[in-house]
Amino acid sequence: MKQILKNRLLIFIGLFAIYGIIQILLSTSILNDYYEINIVLMGINIILAVSLNLINGFTGQFSLGHAGFMSIGAYTSAIITYKLGLPFPLAILVGGIAAGIAGILIGIPSLRLKGDYLAITTLGFGEIIRVIFLNTEYVGGASGLSGIPKYTNWTWVFWMAVITIVLIRNFINSSYGRCCVAIREDETAAESMGINTTFYKTLAFTIGAFFAGIGGALYAHNFYIIQPETFNFMKSFDILTMVVLGGLGSITGSILSAIFLTFVYALLQDYAALRMVIYSLLLIVVMLFRPEGLMGTKEFSLKKLFKKGEKSNEFTLN
Amino acid sequence: MKTFIEQLINGLSLGSIYALIALGYTMVYGIMKLINFAHGDIYMVGAFTGFFASTYFHLGFIPSLLLAMLVSLLLGVTIERVAYRPLRNKSKISILITAIGVSLLLENGGIIILSPQVRTYPQIFKQHMYSFFNGIITISNQQIVIFVVSIIMMVGLQIIIYKTKMGKAMRAVSTDADAAKLMGVNVDRTVSFTFAIGSALAAVAGVLVGIYYNSIDPLMGIMPGLKAFIAAVLGGIGIIPGAMVGGLLMGVIEALVSGYGSSLYRDGVSFAILIIILLIKPTGLFGKNVREKV
Repeated sequence: MKQILKNRLLIFIGLFAIYGIIQILLSTSILNDYYEINIVLMGINIILAVSLNLINGFTGQFSLGHAGFMSIGAYTSAIITYKLGLPFPLAILVGGIAAGIAGILIGIPSLRLKGDYLAITTLGFGEIIRVIFLNTEYVGGASGLSGIPKYTNWTWVFWMAVITIVLIRNFINSSYGRCCVAIREDETAAESMGINTTFYKTLAFTIGAFFAGIGGALYAHNFYIIQPETFNFMKSFDILTMVVLGGLGSITGSILSAIFLTFVYALLQDYAALRMVIYSLLLIVVMLFRPEGLMGTKEFSLKKLFKKGEKSNEFTLN
Repeated sequence: MKTFIEQLINGLSLGSIYALIALGYTMVYGIMKLINFAHGDIYMVGAFTGFFASTYFHLGFIPSLLLAMLVSLLLGVTIERVAYRPLRNKSKISILITAIGVSLLLENGGIIILSPQVRTYPQIFKQHMYSFFNGIITISNQQIVIFVVSIIMMVGLQIIIYKTKMGKAMRAVSTDADAAKLMGVNVDRTVSFTFAIGSALAAVAGVLVGIYYNSIDPLMGIMPGLKAFIAAVLGGIGIIPGAMVGGLLMGVIEALVSGYGSSLYRDGVSFAILIIILLIKPTGLFGKNVREKV
């Protein structure tokens, strides 16, 4: 117990240190606006990748509709701040809740399907959401919403990412999360052990959608403008690449690969096609030579790094 | 009535193209249980081969069509050999992710090599309209070419599948790959052959689309690819007549939605069809129910 408390305290200090250092670097303009945009984007991508990993990696339900949930969060939050003039924290929360409700509505019917059918159905739902926004004049149709106030900054993104990671990690380590992992390993076996698979699949799907909505809300308030085109299925593939590269079933893997791929994204900003070629080669090569992703289902942990040889079976994030 | 028939003919032409692409999806799915996401991009490569053959080498319609089929066929077989075969016994998800990767690679590689600009397809057939019954039915010669070529291809496919030894092997592998192997069927070769035929049909669809719409670009394969997949699911994936009927239905529905509603809703309607079909009858119009065994 004492050990756990000590570890928690260390993590907390570590988080504050990372936050503080970057905040000082940003406020003293050692890191300029260009870096700030990309650092913020890194945080948003971490939220998106970790939340998709809950659905795809831990519960084993292959979803390709994450950009759709992200767009619901983005549009809802933008309506709340820009059209209604309400505060930003409320917009984040409502954006997440709206995406979560969409997650329930889409999850209940489509999670009856499995594997590639589920993939294509969620892709279809994502596209339908995009077409609906495209045809809604209230949110600007094809030209999108512009002039959204810029509220997203390092502080918001960092702490939202931390909250996302902690909540999803705790969920996975709870009995609910273990049911989700059981469904991933063998759905029929899980069902015969008395696990209500539909409930747990929908639950994981909804939580994933909720955090995708939060990611979308942060995204909308970072770039002034959102368009339906931003959230097409290419965006879902982007997030999928992060999850697959990091390892389906590894939170730290998703975090590391989200950071790495955002870095690649920033380097190749002017060469979109080249970037996608690299992404696609990454997907193919990872699948051919290391189908479990860089981290597999393992988590990166400092403790393990220091105490080599000692195996621990628990999920640790520090 | 006149617009209805007009849209119906447009829909059937578009639908024949969807059907040709859907056949590739359905055959590959039938034999490997894989959604070959790269199929739409093989169709794009076919369209571009036809474009280069007729623009720069001044080949006629039939030679450029054959060349496009050959190039796509080789591409399809190579993709299967390099990307899918090593994963055949791994999880379905990893092979699906690879397929998405191959698709993205072809699209963006296409943008880099061919440039993202839209190219104008050469007018191989000068457009000419024929009308029947006092102009109630008007049909262009391009549409006639599309119908004739698609029908030839579909009849040819039926002959290959039901009259040749290779077709028998294909049917055997799709029913039970392990049992087919025990009976001496060379599964690897059968799968390669399936990819070859599917890719060649996609190339035909690509050249026909080039002739019909006059414009092609490296990303042209995404939406038709997805819609042809929906067509395959609509008809019952793995079932060849289902893909044909599904393709034609999709084309007609799309033409009617664009004709009477808004073309902005067209893509949404296609996906809605997919979702409704998967929720109500996931095996498609022609499918039979199969129980999952533990």
